[in-house]
Parts: sequence; structure tokens; C-alpha cells
Amino acid sequence: MITVESLTKQYGAVTAVDDVTFTARPGRVTGFLGPNGAGKSTTLRIVVGLTPASSGSAEVCGHRFADLPNPGLQVGVLLDASAQHAGRTGREVLTVAQRMMGLPSGRVDDMLDLVSLTPSEAGRRVRNYSLGMRQRLGIAAALLGEPEVLILDEPANGLDPAGIRWMRGLLRDYADRGATVLLSSHLLHEIEVIADDLVVIGEGRIVAQGPKADLLRAAGTLVRTPQLELLSDALAASGIRSAVSRAVDGGDSLRVEGDPEVVGQVAHLAGVPLIELRAAEGAGLEEMFLELTAETQREGAAA
Amino acid sequence: MTTLASERNPVARVERRVPPAPIPLSRIAAVELRKSMDTRSGFWLLAGIVILAVLATTAVLLFAPDDEVTYETFASAIGFPMAVILPMIAILSVTSEWSQRTGLSTFTLVPHRGRIILAKGIVAVGIAVVSMLVAMAVGALGNIVGPAIAGVDQVWNADLGDLTNIVIANTLGLLTGFMLGVLIRNSAGAIVAYFVYSLLLPTVFGVLAAAQEWFRDIQPWVDVSYAQGALFDGALTQQQWAQLGVTTLAWLVLPLAVGVVLMRRSEVK
Repeated sequence: MITVESLTKQYGAVTAVDDVTFTARPGRVTGFLGPNGAGKSTTLRIVVGLTPASSGSAEVCGHRFADLPNPGLQVGVLLDASAQHAGRTGREVLTVAQRMMGLPSGRVDDMLDLVSLTPSEAGRRVRNYSLGMRQRLGIAAALLGEPEVLILDEPANGLDPAGIRWMRGLLRDYADRGATVLLSSHLLHEIEVIADDLVVIGEGRIVAQGPKADLLRAAGTLVRTPQLELLSDALAASGIRSAVSRAVDGGDSLRVEGDPEVVGQVAHLAGVPLIELRAAEGAGLEEMFLELTAETQREGAAA
Repeated sequence: MTTLASERNPVARVERRVPPAPIPLSRIAAVELRKSMDTRSGFWLLAGIVILAVLATTAVLLFAPDDEVTYETFASAIGFPMAVILPMIAILSVTSEWSQRTGLSTFTLVPHRGRIILAKGIVAVGIAVVSMLVAMAVGALGNIVGPAIAGVDQVWNADLGDLTNIVIANTLGLLTGFMLGVLIRNSAGAIVAYFVYSLLLPTVFGVLAAAQEWFRDIQPWVDVSYAQGALFDGALTQQQWAQLGVTTLAWLVLPLAVGVVLMRRSEVK
């Protein structure tokens, strides 16, 4: 269980994290979603005590992180797979953590097996690791103490498609065994596949959160028509809000806050022909996410 | 939390232990000792102490005039490289957590930075004392072999008190490096600061003392390397101990305290 309450972090005049409140529950994978620079990593760093908060609080397993007697046994953390001494071997990185937690040395081999790092790879210095290998090593380090909470920042970065699939299975299984899994990503599709709950953050503020199913259901209707303006006027006249969809190419689609049935009725009465009419499902969430991304994204730095 | 989890998920769960025992300081120190040796750079810095002790002893054997083949010659020949390397070891043990970014895992495994720093300090002092004992043993060996080769009598012109003072002096030098590491938290910056501190500052004070009468009298109370230098020249008077205490407080203890406070509040990225 991770409880974050009214967390705020200011750097001078800039508010990196603005009144963020959410809970990640046991037995569920919570996806922490937001564009680059939205405050995800800062929030996670505050949760594990690496960055002091300006105000608000964060608790893991019912305690402030700093009050956990041996945090590695309760919380597995992977914030940046590249943050390892380049001159240490992969095995040594795990051994240092294993010793600090006071675990039997056999755990190191178990974890190397689990993340499919061969003995020869584990004997290489981290300097010579690919990003994917570093991620595997980082995940191994996080799982070393068999913690009941996992906090992972962009764990899929650098993994190949097979690796991403493997990681999803691993995290799913871990959550199914009762653990709390919180992972961040800037890619909606990546997190949509695995998360049970979503927390969406943009410019330091939470813009949406809840069970994934609810967020998808609340997304309204997507309608495609050659007479876009006519339909949007008709909808407005009926008091139904709509907007041109950014999630669908072509610019001839509207996202409507209403059921497909109602939209169909309005279109029929207005005499507007439709090409497509369906529940928006992920489109609403994607739309919101694209808007967030568009505002904060710099040119060329595609998500 | 535990009840919540079991209600939601009655099937096999991630094992929940009773709250684990806190990590003892001895374990943190043992891990920090391991970390100071498990990289190539760390290993060679430590090995360098032994290698340089052997080289320095050999150099004395080869090049020193016969009448200077005394224990003091060996001790000072070994002491110089050590006085340079030990502070570097102390600096890097602290700054690598930031420069190599290992702090991210170190400070999440032990979320009490003061304890990590304390453990690192204990390890650094331990390394200093052990390596000086090794160096003294190498020097003693040289002082047995050397006179035998040269055909002169062995001269043991350093007593236990002198050696203790040398250990204290080198430990203070190492702690100075340690302090700068904690305060600056950047390898290059801390090493540069150390050389400013140990080479430039004494020169400035020396020039000042030569030029200004008023400063000459207070120099022993202000100039830390002047006060520490006395440790290399045999027994200290009570006043010299007092001067050592005052300058060490001002130049080592206080900045270290400030460094620890700042470091505990800082952000680890």
C-alpha cells in the first residue's frame, strides 16, 4: 500500500509536484502516467525519501519510508537503471544490496535467474551493459528482498518487445500474489495493458485517476461524419458537449460526451450522415493524454 | 495493509514478514568496506598504498646515503604517498554515491544518510589505521634489511609516541578529505578543494605570517596545517595540543557538521 497525500514540491517559483494525492493498493498494478517532465519521477523520489517534499506526506506500508527498519525487505525500488557504479559487476551490485538487507547469498543467483542474466553477463561490469540489461539488473535488485511493495520508474525503458512482455507477466504475477505495484510510464499503451488502476499526472497535477475500467468507460462516444460542423452544432443545440478528436487521424471525428444511442438520434434528426459511430473506449483517455503531452512536449521529443 | 491484502487476494500472497529488524551499523560498515574494494578504481587505490610503501622502502634502500638509513627515513618516505592517497580514498567513498549515482540505491536501502556517512567514516579511518600499520611494518622490514646491506647499525629513531602522532596526523588528513567529500559531494570538486586546502592555504598563511607581525603570533591558532605539522615533529606541548584542537574544530569538525546537515536535506538524483 502506498498513500500519497497532498504532496507538493517546489523548486523556487516552479511547482514540480502540485497537491498530488493518490493511493496504490495491494494486489493491484497502479500505472502512474504522464508526459515527460510531468512530475512522476519527482513524486516517486519523494515517496522513497530521496527528495524532501515541500509539503504533504507519503507513506509506504503505513509508515514514512525513512521509518522502515529495513526498507529493502518491504519496498523494492527501481528509479533509474543507469544509476549504478559503472565499475561494479552486475553480480556485485546485487551482492551489495543482498548484504545490506541481510539476506542469504543464494538470493543473488535466484534473482539473476529470474531476470535471465547469465553468469557470464552477471560477471561483466555494468559499464558494458545495454540499457535493457541494466533494467533487468535493476528489477532483480528491486525484487531481491521479496518486498510487498514495488516502485518502478519507467521500467520498460530499453527493454525489447519480448522483454516488455516478460516484465508485464512478472509484475502481473507479483500483484496477483498480493503485492502493491506502482509503475510509471509516459506511454499510455504500455501501461494500459498491465495496470488495474491509473493515476494520470500533467504539469505536476493529477488530472484523472481511478480503476482503468472506469476511466475507459467514462470516455463517451466517437463519431465520424463528413459534415462535422453540422453535427457539432446539432449536438450543442441538444446541450451535448463535443470536440474534434485528436486521437483519430483525418480530423473528421468528434468525441462526444454522451452515449452512442443519443448521438445517433441527434444525427438522425439533424439529417447528418454518419460514417462511424462507436463508444470511444480508450480514445477519451488518449485524447486527454495527448492534450497533456502537446502542452508540455517540446518539438522533436516525441513520447 | 495486511488485512486489506488478504481480503482482496485470498490466494498465495507475497510473504509478509513480521516487521524486519533494523539494519545494524556494523552491517552498513561491512557493506561500505566491501564497496570501497569491489571496483577497479577502489581496489587499485587501496593496493596503491601497499605498492607505494614497498616502492618507497626500496627507493630508500637504493638511494639513501648510509648514514640516513634510519627508521625515520623509511617512515617519512612511506608516509608521504600515504598522506596523499588516504584523503582521496575518503573523498571518493563519499562522492561516488553522487558522481556514480549509486546513492539512489544506497539511500533507499538505508534511508538514514547520517548512518551511511558514519559507517563510511568508520571504514575510512579503519582503512587509514590498518594501512599505516602495514606501512610501518614495511618500513621496519626495510630498516632491518637496509642497514644489513649497507653494513651499518640499525637506527630506530622513532618511538611509539612519534608513530602515534603520525597516525593521528594522517587520520586528520583523511578526515579532511572526508569532510570535503561530504560538503562538496562531487569527486573532482572535492579533490581540487583538498589540494587548495592542503597546499594553497598553508602557503597563503605562510606568506601572511612572513609579512604581518600580528598574524605570526596567532598563526598556530588559525592555520590548521601549521598546527597539524607539529605532529610530524615529535611530542607536542600542551599548548600545541590546544592549538591542534582549536584549528581542527574550526577547519574540520564545524564544516563536517555543516556538510552532514546539508547532505541530509539535499536531493539525491
